[in-house]
Amino acid sequence: MTGSSPCFHTSWSGRPGWAALIVLAWTLLASCSRPDATTDSTVAEGGPAYGDTLVQASIGDISGLIPNITSDSSSHDIGGLIYSALVRTDKELRVEGELAERWEISPDELTITFHLRRGVKWHDGEEVTAEDVDFTYRYMVDPKTPTAYGEPFRQVQKVEVVDRYTYRVTYEKPYAPALLSWGIWILPRHILEAAWKGGVDLRTTRQNRHPIGSGPYRFVEWKTGEKVVLERNPDYFEGRPYLKRVVYRIIPDQSTIFLELKATNIDMAVLTPIQFRRQTDYPAFRKSFNRYQYLSNGYAYLGFNLLDPRFQDKRVRQAMAHAIDKREIIEGVLLGLGRPAVGPYKPGTWWYRDDVKTFPFDPERARALLAEAGWKDKNANGILLRDGKPFTFTIRTNQGNLVRQQTAEIIQRRLRAVGIDARIHVVEWAAFLNTFIRKKDFEAIILGWGLGLDPDQYDIWHSSKTGPDELNHISYKNPKVDELLEAGRRTFSEEKRRAIYGALQDLLAEEQPIVFLYVPDALPVVSSRVRGIEPAPAGISYNFIKWYVPAPLQRYTR
Amino acid sequence: MLPYLIRRLLISIPLLLGILCLSFLMLKLAPGEPSVVQQDLEARATAAQRETLRQLYGLDQPLHVQFGRWLSRVVRLDFGRSYSPDGRPVIEKIAERIPVTLGLNGLELLIIFSTAVPLGILSATRQYSAFDKAMTLFVFVGFATPDFWLALLLMLLFGVQLGWLPMSGLRSLNFEYLPFWGQAWDLLSHLILPVLVASFGGLAYLSRLMRGSLLEVIRQDYIRTARAKGLPEHAVIYKHGVRNAIIPVVTLLGMMLPGLLGGSVFIETVFAIPGMGQLFVQSAFSRDEPVLMALVVIGASLSLLGNVLADVSYGLVDPRIRVSGGKAG
Repeated sequence: MTGSSPCFHTSWSGRPGWAALIVLAWTLLASCSRPDATTDSTVAEGGPAYGDTLVQASIGDISGLIPNITSDSSSHDIGGLIYSALVRTDKELRVEGELAERWEISPDELTITFHLRRGVKWHDGEEVTAEDVDFTYRYMVDPKTPTAYGEPFRQVQKVEVVDRYTYRVTYEKPYAPALLSWGIWILPRHILEAAWKGGVDLRTTRQNRHPIGSGPYRFVEWKTGEKVVLERNPDYFEGRPYLKRVVYRIIPDQSTIFLELKATNIDMAVLTPIQFRRQTDYPAFRKSFNRYQYLSNGYAYLGFNLLDPRFQDKRVRQAMAHAIDKREIIEGVLLGLGRPAVGPYKPGTWWYRDDVKTFPFDPERARALLAEAGWKDKNANGILLRDGKPFTFTIRTNQGNLVRQQTAEIIQRRLRAVGIDARIHVVEWAAFLNTFIRKKDFEAIILGWGLGLDPDQYDIWHSSKTGPDELNHISYKNPKVDELLEAGRRTFSEEKRRAIYGALQDLLAEEQPIVFLYVPDALPVVSSRVRGIEPAPAGISYNFIKWYVPAPLQRYTR
Repeated sequence: MLPYLIRRLLISIPLLLGILCLSFLMLKLAPGEPSVVQQDLEARATAAQRETLRQLYGLDQPLHVQFGRWLSRVVRLDFGRSYSPDGRPVIEKIAERIPVTLGLNGLELLIIFSTAVPLGILSATRQYSAFDKAMTLFVFVGFATPDFWLALLLMLLFGVQLGWLPMSGLRSLNFEYLPFWGQAWDLLSHLILPVLVASFGGLAYLSRLMRGSLLEVIRQDYIRTARAKGLPEHAVIYKHGVRNAIIPVVTLLGMMLPGLLGGSVFIETVFAIPGMGQLFVQSAFSRDEPVLMALVVIGASLSLLGNVLADVSYGLVDPRIRVSGGKAG
């Protein structure tokens, strides 16, 4: 669930934030363009050079530097540069080895054997071994660990340190998301194990403020509320990164971040649609920055509480889908920077299907469907009635997300046109979750889902996941969907899974348990002095260690 | 004087208790709780995990028990550990930020006082002159201008357009490499905009007060007497007028402290200054109750202390006010 996510934020690590990976996973982009890249620079630059600093802004202070037990995106971004994992995803979003050189999956699909690279060093010089992986696993499944990411590891039946460089995990049942779950950051056993065994909360250890990792950047300093500084790890096993330093400045106000960006004091940020279209489209900005645009890994939706009998009728949900003009929302709210969503997956992924049933904007058809469902008569205000009760409900969404609020307003108008009276209630995030979502005390919501790297969406659609703290908060229950979700987890075969998730998309499109609204574009900008950025399905940050600033253009020489 | 001071301080204690009790209640009555914020964004947080966290933080206890426990620890100056994932001792988190906020507020008070008093005097002695009218305009603008708007406007002008001043933070990225004077200027230049914005409203208010107060004093009999005995005008104004007129100003300056502390919340957020105000905002959003309550304790104590100091200084500047025998005024 994407909440009041800061707009000025970029995910750098080639691997997506673990939060995204867990929920569902990250996905492919369909279109990728560089609208105004300034490659025609006239400066004599020379090729890749070492040095310079990349300054980025983070809207909140980071909460800790053991990312396994934090949940904010800044901690994950920084953690992604400091730590490394067994596997990650490449530019095409396929799984590739990081600390793991290769791995084998047993024929019964129950066991994965990871073979680690040899000679990879922690930043303090110790070698990274299977014991570190084992420690990370044991820490993740410890019930006392305050992590939100332990669940995939609880599916593991048995683990085995075969030798110094080999680690074997066995699952009870085949579990397709297993491989990607090993994208978890590996923690240094030699630093943390003694404290952990002694019952010490690892958040209070030195590691949480001065981490030792094995990733491309080393930790230098963290000035609370001010900045975090990283410096390249010259011994990184994939080669020395070009950019010498990475600085995260903590600036808790979005307008300030934007002004600092305009003054070129910040080298990288993510724009909002209005900033992209109206506020950065002038020559000086285009000269200083390259703007990128590609589909983000998430979508927004209008969800209904399916415990409410009015929404249990499929025809009513389909009518809403017909009544809403998704194009209008994209043009009006996203300023054209996005595309309509037809299902729960990102266009361009290998499991995505674009030939599912769609619900074009058609108020007539919407009225007809509502009439079929018994909403025929109208009261004096033109609101549809059934059994004498008007069709009135409240759409709730979280505060701080202007795009969602505006979307709600457009939807409200369109629904009114077919005789449905929708009200809007914008609620502060914590209250929204606790008062309305957890207690299932809502009629309709506008929210977003961040997508993962795997098509598994068991937690969102499965009927067993409707508890107060679970993700199927709309209480969707469909035995056929359950069956497909279970089958999809139980095989690693891409071909079989494509068929299974294809069928799932068909079903969800027909059923419209939620109205899929749009997939917004991600709109990052990076200082034009930085070269080597190659937009790919994974976005831009997957090859961060290859980014460089040509020697004459380097700005921070110390 | 001393018994009065002690009495005033003692009276502040029940007041402080009342503030704390109310703040605690309000915090607990607000929907959402810490464990929710920490975990609800994540898919795999199960109900059991949430319960673990609740027990860990004692959130499963009834309210009065929670309050009692908390209060008994606060009395011993133990504010506990932050709920945020860094889990640091609250006192440590606040201690590293207090100097920044106090320094900033001290600077603001100094600037407000040292500018507002002369401006008020000038306005009063030149009543209805062009200068006085300009000041009146300035005051209205000062009252009416929302801080955030002024802040952004100044940042846009001096930071983006002209590029003269840094817009956010306390130090430049290359701070460590600067010579001493470079460092001093760096720090100063970072403070100009925030202090200016933070002082603006107070400055307008206090200069108006000074003007009004002095105008009133000037019409008193003793001023007429002073003039009658042939004292030069500046001696009349500064020796007899200002000393009397400044009394209410001093009092109000002390009362402005809570307002300034509150303003720090906004100023430190917009200008990215790592002080207590910024911590307050972050803690509020993440429902970091131990930090929030500790900040409330500190803020309330400082404000009460400001009031006491104002009362005491009242006696110091105004010889007519004797505080002996516990009877003030």
